[in-house]
Amino acid sequence: MSAAVDATAARATSAPVAVDARLADALLQLADSPLVLAQRLCEWIGKGPVLEEELASTNVGLDLLGQARLWLGYAGEVEARTGAPSRDEDALAFHRDQQEFRNVLLVEQPNGDYAMTLARQFWFDHAHRLLLDALTRSRDERIAAIAAKSVKEVAYHVQRVDDWIVRLGDGTDESHARMQRALDALWPYTGELFVDLPADAGLVADGVLPARAALRARWLAEVDAVLATATLTHPDTAFMHAGGREGRHTEHLGHLLAEMQFLPRAYPDARW
Amino acid sequence: MYAQLVDTGQKAVQDDATMSAEDRAFQQRIDADVKIEPQDAMPEAYRRTLVRQIQQHAHSEIVGMLPEGNWVTRAPSLKRKAILMAKIQDEAGHGLYLYSAVETLGVTRDETTEALLAGKSKYSSIFNYPTLNWADIGTIGWLVDGAAIMNQIPLCRCSYGPYARAMVRICKEESFHQRQGFDLLMAMCRGTPEQKAMAQDALDRWWWPSLMMFGPPDASSVHSAQSAKWKIKLLSNDELRQRFVDQTVPQAEYLGLVIPDPDLCWNAERGHYDYGAIDWDEFFAVIAGNGPCNRERLETRRKAWDDGAWVREAAVAHAAKVAARDRAAKEAA
Amino acid sequence: MSTPPRNEWPLWEVFIRSQHGLAHKHVGSLHAADAAGALRNARDVYTRRNEGVSIWVARSSDLHASAPEERAELFDPAADKIYRHPTFFPMPDEVKHL
Repeated sequence: MSAAVDATAARATSAPVAVDARLADALLQLADSPLVLAQRLCEWIGKGPVLEEELASTNVGLDLLGQARLWLGYAGEVEARTGAPSRDEDALAFHRDQQEFRNVLLVEQPNGDYAMTLARQFWFDHAHRLLLDALTRSRDERIAAIAAKSVKEVAYHVQRVDDWIVRLGDGTDESHARMQRALDALWPYTGELFVDLPADAGLVADGVLPARAALRARWLAEVDAVLATATLTHPDTAFMHAGGREGRHTEHLGHLLAEMQFLPRAYPDARW
Repeated sequence: MYAQLVDTGQKAVQDDATMSAEDRAFQQRIDADVKIEPQDAMPEAYRRTLVRQIQQHAHSEIVGMLPEGNWVTRAPSLKRKAILMAKIQDEAGHGLYLYSAVETLGVTRDETTEALLAGKSKYSSIFNYPTLNWADIGTIGWLVDGAAIMNQIPLCRCSYGPYARAMVRICKEESFHQRQGFDLLMAMCRGTPEQKAMAQDALDRWWWPSLMMFGPPDASSVHSAQSAKWKIKLLSNDELRQRFVDQTVPQAEYLGLVIPDPDLCWNAERGHYDYGAIDWDEFFAVIAGNGPCNRERLETRRKAWDDGAWVREAAVAHAAKVAARDRAAKEAA
Repeated sequence: MSTPPRNEWPLWEVFIRSQHGLAHKHVGSLHAADAAGALRNARDVYTRRNEGVSIWVARSSDLHASAPEERAELFDPAADKIYRHPTFFPMPDEVKHL
């Protein structure tokens, strides 16, 4: 191919290249939250409060990991369309640094006690289900298909976590206090779930992504209904942390990745 | 095996002539391959031995989650991570099925758990060894699960119904563990020199403990003979160990790994591999609590149990509140 | 074995319908604080490999079982009623549809 033809081809595709680069980033936002949360749930393995709960929580982790793999696979394909070197799910999971991760800050918060783990799950699962439900109507067919598969799994996560919030909120004095403390501590990380990044505006306008801000009212109604049954509340504070989806993380993510990525980083030539 | 050195409480194998009429009737049912079910009459020694054996087996599944859990957060690919999570989850399930079998014998799960945490009930010696590199995960699947299956398949025919049924379910799920372990090792052995070295290092460390899993030679053991008579132990330790060696040597050759036993060689006359002497002092030291990881394993389980107490209590308290409200609503209506 | 469990979750029996059209079959037991928890736990413990389309749970303490010592009077009387079985009535080969 001559240089002239190359240049013409590049001009013709420059607009799609920019769109694809943005789409790849949006897909990483969808991938990294379940990926990081699955990694957190892995840390519970062998240490759960009761045997049945070990199995259940691992099922949630496996669902999330499976979803992350689907999103990462698609992100890699879209990224390759921009002319970037092709990266598969493992290259994306294990060879990006923390500032390249696009997960919400909520999911990287440490496990803490079981109340903290469930509070994190509660805030996230409801938002996750609403987001996936909206994504089933994406104009991008691949996104719609992945969302359709995932939303069924997450609907179950929501039921399960709701049961636990009610049990622990309306259980003993100790469980109530622990649950309330955990909900309060993680509340300031919920705002980011409903932020529409300016950089994603084009994809929202094109019907590829939903407007996340529009999901918040329904989310609040859902979680409030559960909290009321559980005799729990959410804080009134308006302050919210943000930045995870743009690569600005808390200190926790670096440690999580150092552990998760150790082998592929130490042995970059190995295939596992 | 997962249940090692199970004490039957007998000083000698029961002799038909001196047995009570009830015990003789019971033995006749066993001899006729009738399955014993929870409500059936059974000699107290049979019940106690089964409780011990199934408890050990269950605890082994649960404690066995820990050496693998040590690597699940560091699995080097997302596929391997998913496979390992599912495998450890299966082990939790196996523990659960077996605890349920113990409950049919009148011992609750909490009682069984407390026996483990108090150090009164044992688990397999193998899980007191550390997992030091990623190949250990493959090696556990290949050798440890491989050895376990060898023992568990005959137990599907054991005399106690709930135990036999739990074993059927476990064996179905377990068959994939051994394969996935071997698959992991194939990838390592075909990989870089460092990966191959990890695989050899893992085999060097796990080979002898795997052979010890089957327990000491039992030809002269009163307990083994009594358990065999009750059909809750169907093959001898040495018989199983020999089968294991015979099946594993060619697999190691396929992987290009060297089994760390200079005395290992094919004996054409016997039609089996001869292998070197096992260090039973090490085995008894591990059983007595002095393995490399005994203390950490039990501490991890104790911490999980203690940290989870408020969660379990809250769930019970909530269920009681709901039941009380339901009753009050019915009375008001 | 003597101390009563302090706060142990009750035991439940789990029954799974493996396919549409088949009966629910007993598959095992588990612990849960309440019925909702028992159903969810049953899903997570006993249907990980696509084993079911429907789940029943019942508290183990609510199940009533026949006593083994009554086995003779309960079941032996049926043993000699061979005329209840179709094979008791041999039919000539040339007679069809019977």
